[in-house]
Amino acid sequence: MAEPLIRMRNIRKSYGRVQALVDANFHVNEREIVGLLGDNGAGKSTLIKVLSGAVPLTSGDIFIRGKKVTLRDTSDAIAHGIETIYQDSALVTQLSIARNLFLGREPIKPPRFLNRMDQDAMNTVARDLLKQVGISKNIPPTTPIGSLSGGERQAVAIARAMHFDSDLIILDEPTNNLGVAETQGVLSFVRNARDSGHSCIFIAHNIHHVFQVVDRIVVMRRGKVVADDIDPKTTTVTEVERIITGMSDKDIHDAIADDEPGR
Amino acid sequence: MHPRTAPDIFLRRDLSAHCGGGRGPFQTCRGLPVENHSLIQRLVARPEFGPFVLLIAEVAVFWGFNHDFLSPQNISNTLAFTVELGLIALAMTLLMTSGEFDLSVGSLFGFSPVLMWTLFNAGATSLEMGFVVALVVAALIGLVNGWFVTQLKIPSFLVTLGMLLVVRGSALFITDGFPQRTWSAEGSWLAQALVGDFFIGPFRIYMSLFWFVAAAIALGYVLTQSRTGNWIQAAGGNPSAARARGVNVNRVKVGLFVLSSVMASLAGVISSLRTSAANPNSGTGYELEVIAMVVIGGTALTGGRGTIIGTVLGILILRVMRNGIVLIGVPGLAYNIFIGAIILGMMALHSWLERRHQAGT
Repeated sequence: MAEPLIRMRNIRKSYGRVQALVDANFHVNEREIVGLLGDNGAGKSTLIKVLSGAVPLTSGDIFIRGKKVTLRDTSDAIAHGIETIYQDSALVTQLSIARNLFLGREPIKPPRFLNRMDQDAMNTVARDLLKQVGISKNIPPTTPIGSLSGGERQAVAIARAMHFDSDLIILDEPTNNLGVAETQGVLSFVRNARDSGHSCIFIAHNIHHVFQVVDRIVVMRRGKVVADDIDPKTTTVTEVERIITGMSDKDIHDAIADDEPGR
Repeated sequence: MHPRTAPDIFLRRDLSAHCGGGRGPFQTCRGLPVENHSLIQRLVARPEFGPFVLLIAEVAVFWGFNHDFLSPQNISNTLAFTVELGLIALAMTLLMTSGEFDLSVGSLFGFSPVLMWTLFNAGATSLEMGFVVALVVAALIGLVNGWFVTQLKIPSFLVTLGMLLVVRGSALFITDGFPQRTWSAEGSWLAQALVGDFFIGPFRIYMSLFWFVAAAIALGYVLTQSRTGNWIQAAGGNPSAARARGVNVNRVKVGLFVLSSVMASLAGVISSLRTSAANPNSGTGYELEVIAMVVIGGTALTGGRGTIIGTVLGILILRVMRNGIVLIGVPGLAYNIFIGAIILGMMALHSWLERRHQAGT
């Protein structure tokens, strides 16, 4: 198989004497949704913070399509095509959908010295993007984010990542505090993002949500990746829960081999 | 990816702009269009609508009591000082939209003309050069305000309160507390350009009115049309989100602190030239009146949302109130009661509109 989109090799991260990540190895392939699971303190948010440039790693290497990269801060990561979506933190509620989508990269209408945003173009693109991500409820792109539901806000953040060619979209607890219908909406946005060529890392406490959407499950425990090739189609939720809570690696393999899928 | 230039932003636009196949709850094609509110509904929903109605009501009531209220002389007199405070309020609107405010503007209003006249009277500079020096010093003061707020992370309330005392203290110190000697500056081109007056019909118009209108148009344009305006609103609404998108929030805020100081300084000089006075105590309390004008107009004290049209209405509401209650014979000392009541009433209205807005109706 070709080089994966992202490969993280022997990642270590210590906060003083606390080892948050101990030789973690992790990869994401092209056009793949990876579910990242683990109990609180397992190291999954530290891993994501390293990958999104929010915290520096202590040692280890990150490769994007086989090329080694250094991620000094979040804008560095965004420049490398890695976009992280935290719930509610990424958007300005007072601004419209279109203005949020283009924040920091607003197209300018000539003549350039007038510094005038091309609002018509922004609205047109925004309208198309909302359809592409799966919202077709006919929300005008001039609607302020503040009057959107939680799921619709996630959709706008995902649409923005898709539009600006992020290769990897990291979703941290995107379904928290969402109702059932909204959650299904967000899951379908994630699938649409993959179908149009983006990879995603999906982190959620609710394992059932992860099972519905991901292609592959990675489990972390005590700063290590303890299983990185779990197929949600042939594995049960109970089995994954056992891996998360911790059994010896041999037990896990036995458990996966013995158990029937779908239970 | 790095920020893109305008043309290639649209490269991805043609990707599958179709209605989804009904796979999720948001994917119906038949959603009710939200864009069909009537024109009147949209007007009423605007944050400027409340202040606009209040201004009309104010004018009608005062005119009803005393027809002199709308006489050319009264209108001319009211406008002369209104635009001077107004210049400060316009800059304050942008600063407050970015989530900060500036309490030092009143002290700069007093300090800058004192500095200009002191330099001129001492023979150190020409009047014009003194004016330039005063503006540069004001810009530096704004820079210091911005530096304390963005680099030391001290709330602008405390920083600009400190600066208020420093600047007012300086004005009092260099003048020994006495008004500066001024001469009638009529011959100077600076005075002509800033406060030269002429008559349009029966109305006596000062040049400062044109500067105010120009500043309102320019800053309104910046706030609503330019990308800088988008950054200002984002800086006030959600600074960490703005930073994550590569917006230099600190630079935006420092720039607005400088703008606020320079406008207060300009307003002070205009006022001083018009009245031929330079009193180190002038401008005391203006900071609160200016902030009141801005919030009455619908700009959020907490940042993220601002309106220049609303501020212009807010300026007029307060100045018309001050002028009107004197004209209809209410004791001038009662002025603050009315101002306070207006602020409370308008805040209640804005918060009600905001809640309706958040509820999506």
